[in-house]
Amino acid sequence: MSTVLDIDNLHVAIGTANVLRGVSLRVEAGEVRGLVGESGAGKSMVGRTIFGLLPAKAAITAGRVSFEGRDLLAMPDKQRRELLGRRIALIPQDPMTSLNPVRRIGAQICAVLQLHLKLSNRAARDRAAELLSEVAIRDPAGVLALYPHELSGGMRQRVLIAMAFACDPSLVIADEPTTALDVTVQRQVLQLVERMRQRHGAAILFVTHDLGVVAKICRSMTVLHAGRVLEDGLTLDVLVKPHHAYTRALLAATPRADRPADSLRPVPPALIESLWAEAHRLDQLAARRPA
Amino acid sequence: MRWSAILKRLALIPPTLLGVGAIVFVLLRVVPGDPIAMMIPPGASPADITRLRALYGLDQPLLSQFITWLGQVASGDFGRSISLRQQVFELVGARLPATLELAALAVAMALLMGITVALVGSLLRGTRAEWLLDTANGFFLAIPDFLWALILLLGFGVLLPLLPISGRLDPQLAVAFRTHFYLIESLLTLRLDVAADLLRHMLLPSLALALPFAALVARLLKAQLAEAEDQDYAQIARTRGFSRTTILQREVFPNALIPTVALSGVQVTLLLGGTVLVERIFSYEGIGNMAIDAVINRDFPLIQGLILTFAVLFIALNLAVDLLVALLDPRLRHG
Repeated sequence: MSTVLDIDNLHVAIGTANVLRGVSLRVEAGEVRGLVGESGAGKSMVGRTIFGLLPAKAAITAGRVSFEGRDLLAMPDKQRRELLGRRIALIPQDPMTSLNPVRRIGAQICAVLQLHLKLSNRAARDRAAELLSEVAIRDPAGVLALYPHELSGGMRQRVLIAMAFACDPSLVIADEPTTALDVTVQRQVLQLVERMRQRHGAAILFVTHDLGVVAKICRSMTVLHAGRVLEDGLTLDVLVKPHHAYTRALLAATPRADRPADSLRPVPPALIESLWAEAHRLDQLAARRPA
Repeated sequence: MRWSAILKRLALIPPTLLGVGAIVFVLLRVVPGDPIAMMIPPGASPADITRLRALYGLDQPLLSQFITWLGQVASGDFGRSISLRQQVFELVGARLPATLELAALAVAMALLMGITVALVGSLLRGTRAEWLLDTANGFFLAIPDFLWALILLLGFGVLLPLLPISGRLDPQLAVAFRTHFYLIESLLTLRLDVAADLLRHMLLPSLALALPFAALVARLLKAQLAEAEDQDYAQIARTRGFSRTTILQREVFPNALIPTVALSGVQVTLLLGGTVLVERIFSYEGIGNMAIDAVINRDFPLIQGLILTFAVLFIALNLAVDLLVALLDPRLRHG
């Protein structure tokens, strides 16, 4: 199996604050890897680094990100833009704000197809309609002529999923794509992402805080906390035999159907505190070491 | 905007005009100043004055004067100008096109300049050049149109006499016009030498009107562009490999335009108000210039006619801005 995404010892700082403290993770071709962590763990920063969307004051202080063997961080902007949207695509978190409110759905999908695949207007339109029917939208031709505000959140997320797979990427980064959705729609969206992955053969890096979602669709998983990888492995192994106390605590805090709800335990605050203390100690050690 | 909303707006026009008419009518007669005193020759007898007063109906009680005027206006008769001794309707009809052409040219120039400055400013975000541009823009925003008129007059009319500084058309160009829209007519009939001379006369006054408005458009649009650029859809367009200029043009600009049009559109009324002084400074024969004479001469019928004209223009402009915003924003169009 070949490696699609290889992140090696990535350090990112915003001003003087470290947000990623040496993150390493690999996504193999066609696999679904879950990237799990609580708010502030740095999981969105991983995606932002890949897409070159780090905030203005953020800097990559160390590490490598390679995509299909090419160094993403070192390549010129123009080359990187040729990969983005075509070979690496994003399913964004919030479908309500991720589509341009003044452009029709059709125009937004066609723009991506025309930029990367150089399709004619006619061909782009046909392909866009095809993509919409792939994500189970009835009357795709009609939806192409609509504006985003005329669609429900679930429908908009389907459109965004269709756009992500539009150019047959080899890596799709799904940034908490179900968080902003209704629980009833979440399941459908997960199934849809899985179906699109199989059809288009992409690998998926699924960023989420929901271990239930990871258990359902991810082959492997990475647990992130305070910008550090605490645990990494096949989902089955990690969930059955977690090595790190934090992973065990996360599992105990996740609701499951086969277990009474009163056995749920919140992640102990002392554990979180000790993890942060450890991260800060490592920061100090790193700062003292001569560069 | 739906049809019912448009109809509702249209239904409000007559009461608005009635209100404007009533206020102007009463104000004119309450403030000191007498049109008859302005027009009588020296040595006129008191009997002459009384006769003139009766001729113009000024001896009647205020309410009956108003009702008479209202009845006339409703039947399309705006009365006779006291100082110019012509029908108000014809006087305004002859001068209004000159002002409309001047204001339209000013708005067009202002949009061109304002949009350019805003786009350039957005591309320069975070640089020292951006700061310089913002400062210069503030300077243009701070100087009112009539002061620009004087500055331009001094600069390009006197110190560096490149452009004519008075009138609408060189009197040596003896041209017969069928309408009063000289510029439009000369362009349509391809008399380009005449059109060029008209434009040369319009350039300085319209620039004076355009500069502060352009600065306003630039400031509003630039702020809106910055805001739209931070929105999710603009950020996500970058993850799809679009270049910054493509995103600015396709994602950011159309969204930033909506609040800019809504906010600056109504400011065009200020620009129209500015024509009063600017036309005076450049002796441009529009309704603004006419309004000053009408006020100096206490020409009641003419003032009333001109103010109603301005009121109709303002109402039409506000309606046009609302329609334009609805046209640009699909969320409003579908109600």
